[in-house]
Amino acid sequence: MDSSFFFGLSTMAYILAMMIYITYLAFRKTQIGITATTITIAGFVSQTLALLMRWKEFNEISGMGILRSAPLTNLFESLIFFVWCLILGYLIIEFKYKTRSFGAFVTPIAGLALAFIDLSGMSKEIHPLLPALQSNWLLAHVMMSFIAYATFALSFSTGLMYLIMKTDKRNETAYIFWSFTLGVFVTLMLAMGIDFLTFKVVVKPEEFIKSYMFRASFLNPSHSIKILSYVFITVIIFIIWRYGSILKKVLEKFAITADTLDEIAYKSIAIGFPIFTVGGLIFGALWADQAWGVYWSWDPKETWSLITWFIYAFYLHGRMIRGWRGKKVAIVAVTGFTAVIFTYLGVNLLLSGLHAYGEIE
Amino acid sequence: MEKERDKTIIDKIWKLLASVKLAIVIFALISLTSIVGTVLEQQAEPAKNIQVLTKIFGKSLAPTIYSIFEKLGFMDMYHSWWFIMLLILFSLNIVICSLERLPRIWKIIREPIRPVTEEQIKKFSINRDIVLKGKPDKIKNVVTEAIKNIGFNHAELKEDKGYQIYSQKGNYTRLGVFITHVSILIILLGAVIGVFFGFKGFVNIPEGKSYSVAFSRTEPLNQAEEDERDKILHAIGASSDNILNAAMQLGMNEKSLRAKMRRYGIQPLGFSIRNDDFNVDFYSGSDMPKEYRSWLTIIDKGKEVMKKSIEVNAPLTYRGITFYQASYGMNPNAHGEFIIKVTSQSGASETKQMHLGDKFIIPGTNIEGTIKDFSPALSRDQEGRFFTYAEMMNNPAVLIDFREGGKDKYSGWILKRYPATWRLPEGYIVEFMDLWGVQYTGLQVRKDPGVWVVYLGCITIAVGLYMAFFMSHRKLWVRMIEEKNNTRVLIGATSNKNRAAFERKINKMIVLISKRQEGEK
Ligand code: HEM
Repeated sequence: MDSSFFFGLSTMAYILAMMIYITYLAFRKTQIGITATTITIAGFVSQTLALLMRWKEFNEISGMGILRSAPLTNLFESLIFFVWCLILGYLIIEFKYKTRSFGAFVTPIAGLALAFIDLSGMSKEIHPLLPALQSNWLLAHVMMSFIAYATFALSFSTGLMYLIMKTDKRNETAYIFWSFTLGVFVTLMLAMGIDFLTFKVVVKPEEFIKSYMFRASFLNPSHSIKILSYVFITVIIFIIWRYGSILKKVLEKFAITADTLDEIAYKSIAIGFPIFTVGGLIFGALWADQAWGVYWSWDPKETWSLITWFIYAFYLHGRMIRGWRGKKVAIVAVTGFTAVIFTYLGVNLLLSGLHAYGEIE
Repeated sequence: MEKERDKTIIDKIWKLLASVKLAIVIFALISLTSIVGTVLEQQAEPAKNIQVLTKIFGKSLAPTIYSIFEKLGFMDMYHSWWFIMLLILFSLNIVICSLERLPRIWKIIREPIRPVTEEQIKKFSINRDIVLKGKPDKIKNVVTEAIKNIGFNHAELKEDKGYQIYSQKGNYTRLGVFITHVSILIILLGAVIGVFFGFKGFVNIPEGKSYSVAFSRTEPLNQAEEDERDKILHAIGASSDNILNAAMQLGMNEKSLRAKMRRYGIQPLGFSIRNDDFNVDFYSGSDMPKEYRSWLTIIDKGKEVMKKSIEVNAPLTYRGITFYQASYGMNPNAHGEFIIKVTSQSGASETKQMHLGDKFIIPGTNIEGTIKDFSPALSRDQEGRFFTYAEMMNNPAVLIDFREGGKDKYSGWILKRYPATWRLPEGYIVEFMDLWGVQYTGLQVRKDPGVWVVYLGCITIAVGLYMAFFMSHRKLWVRMIEEKNNTRVLIGATSNKNRAAFERKINKMIVLISKRQEGEK
């Protein structure tokens, strides 16, 4: 049994847990809830085992020492780590706030992310590190960034749920904001799923982002598919906007109040912000300083991390202004996580495309 | 009258500069403008950004939009006057906000905790009311112990029919936010020191050569400029780094020479640095680099004062100037030295330095080797023919002809990376160690006296954030009043943050008190 066996096990556990959590939402039977929790924990344990085993395997192959062999060398591996943090954060919330209502939202993200990674076949490959990447600061930087991203993801979902619960007029800014954001997220997730099914490629994640992502939809060479994709996203956004009140009714069934959602969003950011400051910005700067002799160079990725940081600073300070607590800062929390995603995907996908030479269409 | 109005205007400005509203406006402005800065490539050639804008706005609009953005300074926005003004405003905001709030925070911190009345104690966000058997005198000891157990030092007060114990903890953690804000100023100060008193440069040093300057100019020079620069470099070299002498030699005064040096980005180091050797290590069996390493020597006032090898992530620092392994390259026209190590069967070895065409004898024999050919990156095609697949020294190899007593014996390629090719049929080992003198190492050179200030700020911001988010100021009051031979214990407590955690502590304390009480019965 190797690490991929346990990865597979945890993927199945999360997908199974997702179905049970949804059943739980419908019937609200305690036994069903306990079953869902148990399966999630089993998936988490199995994923932990898988991570440790992969670490050990990498160490044996690369011979670079324990620290340098942490399974965080590329985008897919860091995504796995992100899922791990997310589930850990979710389990903590489930026990602290004694609510299982988020399970139905968190486990699908975890299960789908792991399934995608599995589909693209990365789990067996192990790439040695380029010289610039052989740094303990980098390891600490990546690990802490992803822990912070997991907390930001939690504040994103709770912030979004807060907005859904607190708005009911379709012409309200906050309502339009959440329905648009949710529509874009759902569509992009679908588009990525279609990419995977269409191309079924085994490539490095950076290459996937650059050469394949959204090529089956928004970036397709065929104009009609492109236009169709934009029509599709508009329709999805419209449907969510039009029938958003149904979502609200579903959320109101949960035994959770808007205030609790607001509190969880704040607490997640209160934990994530210091971790992101130290791990994401400071350790990143230390690494750059050691590798290139510049602790800050305003390159797009660095700048986007800084933008993310400022958005969350905006959130923390916005809460202190009278009349801002509640919907306005929830919008900021949701925006913050879109910036996180852009730091990771957008910088590689959109900006490097823009900056590439000789590609005018 | 006039005076009064002045005052109110200044007051208004002061209030604005101290406000959190201004802070979030600045956060938004920095974020939004920075987004533009990541879309437009900074300090790039115009053509590049016109192309970027063409992709976004189309061919017809791009030049106009480019010239607008260009005028607004967006092509180098992080150094533009308005971005710097934004940062200054941001700093001012933090300074004034902190000045405004510090006295109040300080007062809260220094304020000793005072006993409270029964009505007050019931108003605290955490409060408990329990009745225990026994007199207050006894209960007091139990409570004192329990308070100590959850980490509080206490003060106590005798009351009419009992006691009151009160205590606070973590009042200094209220400084966390202040420390966080000051740290941002420290980091910005460090960055400013770096800009004014440091430089960033670059130097390519061939193996065996040394340099006493680095180059910080990134824009290309035209031919005339390049000639002038080379003349200056030559003069500096010839006068062994004495700028005054170099100026005399060039027939100008020191000031104008320094101005010229700034213009061409010539940064004198104040010492020399020599590249003794450069090497790339690859992961075995592939062309994926594992390590770039330069062996460097620092020569100060004619003396070798430091020898150190550097690699990516492990730089060298001397007299405040740091050298980073950044790149490398090859000068194929340089005359390198082949370094060949010959080991006989007995294990005795000898290292030779030679040029193309040179001959050497394997010690104790009359076998003679001749270096016939060199390839920086040798490979074989399908038919088994050798060819060179790269310009860099990815797989260096020498072709050596061996003769014995004037007769051809054998000949073959010896590859640096493959020990299997070093062994001769007789058991001698001819190892190709290096071709020395053709590669150069590219060093990033940096002097930044502000970096320690930046790191200091990083440490203090970590401390400040920890205090601000993970610690809290907690206050606790316990009143024990006799009631019909029993004791009524009233507990009141507050925490400025994370009340739930404090509540758990209080519950733990109550469990401790009850347990003790039962044990004593
Ligand atoms: C990027 C820069 C800044 C960072 C990282 C930062 C960080 C923080 C943090 C972490 C807190 C604590 C928030 C909480 O407990 O929820 C805070 C509070 C605060 N910040 Fe900032 N801050 C920044 C800039 C500013 C600026 C420019 C102002 C100017 C007005 C400001 C004013 C305040 C105030 C008034 C508080 C509340 C203090 C209190 O609760 O006693 N901050 N800041």
